[in-house]
Amino acid sequence: MMSHTGFVLASYGAAIIVLAALIGWIFIDQRSQRQALQELESRGVRRRSETKMDKAS
Amino acid sequence: MSDAVSKTGRWIDLANPTRFLSVAGAALPWLGGLTVLVLAIGFWMSMNAPDDYQQGSTVKIMFIHVPFAWLSMMCYTIMSVAALGTLVWRHPLADVSAKAAAPIGAVFTALALITGSLWGKPMWGTWWVWDARLTSVFVLFLMYLGIIALTRAMDDPAKSAKATAILTLVGFINIPIIKFSVDWWNTLHQPASVLRMGGSTLDPSYLKPLLVMAIGFTLLFFTLHLMAMRNEIWRRRVTAMRRVAARSADRGTVS
Repeated sequence: MMSHTGFVLASYGAAIIVLAALIGWIFIDQRSQRQALQELESRGVRRRSETKMDKAS
Repeated sequence: MSDAVSKTGRWIDLANPTRFLSVAGAALPWLGGLTVLVLAIGFWMSMNAPDDYQQGSTVKIMFIHVPFAWLSMMCYTIMSVAALGTLVWRHPLADVSAKAAAPIGAVFTALALITGSLWGKPMWGTWWVWDARLTSVFVLFLMYLGIIALTRAMDDPAKSAKATAILTLVGFINIPIIKFSVDWWNTLHQPASVLRMGGSTLDPSYLKPLLVMAIGFTLLFFTLHLMAMRNEIWRRRVTAMRRVAARSADRGTVS
């Protein structure tokens, strides 16, 4: 009776594109924070509040 | 477990950012895997659900539209609880949680509006109406954007935390308005059909895929929220370490 396949595809397509962008952004952020932390640690920088426990993680 | 935390209870250990990082690191691969599995099953069930006798194939939009709308409100509720944590207990993880959740909530709200619009055009004959439900959800989207801007407006997270928490709590008034807007006012949007007194009015052939998709997207939310919280803790550590490095460079000491 009705052919609304286009609307269904557009909805699922929009959801996939927007969620992929969100997930991608979180992964890119994760990589840049990890790199910055490693770079600072390799320079021997420590946080003031750093404890024995922090180093273990 | 380090002897530094072993005297306290397990639950409170999570409130230590370092402890949180190790728990999140262990949980995330499992949570992510479970999310993919449940969403894949949910998607398969959605695609195999029969067409509605009135709505045709557009009923399939429900399987993503409804979870997005639920999550947009759940995310804001979590942020409001976190705001209480910031204001009452002044816990830094509470602010990390609220700040990390805001962009995810904004995305789910935007998707609820987009998929709703794409459902409204064939079923109502219009992309958008300024009725109570649609307008209150649009206001929720704007509030997410305001909160995102405020959490990033100040360099010192301790300063923005309090202002953000107050704004979040004031905005919580919108959540019951969204929920009950379809009962209080005349709207194009249908009233609640799943969570209602007297049980769901939805046929099981639609209710089952909807619930699986809702669980899947909820798992996705928590996976992304944990990841974003971990990123935010790392970001604050990087800032703190850069400050220490700058200070020791000022003093002329080589660290």
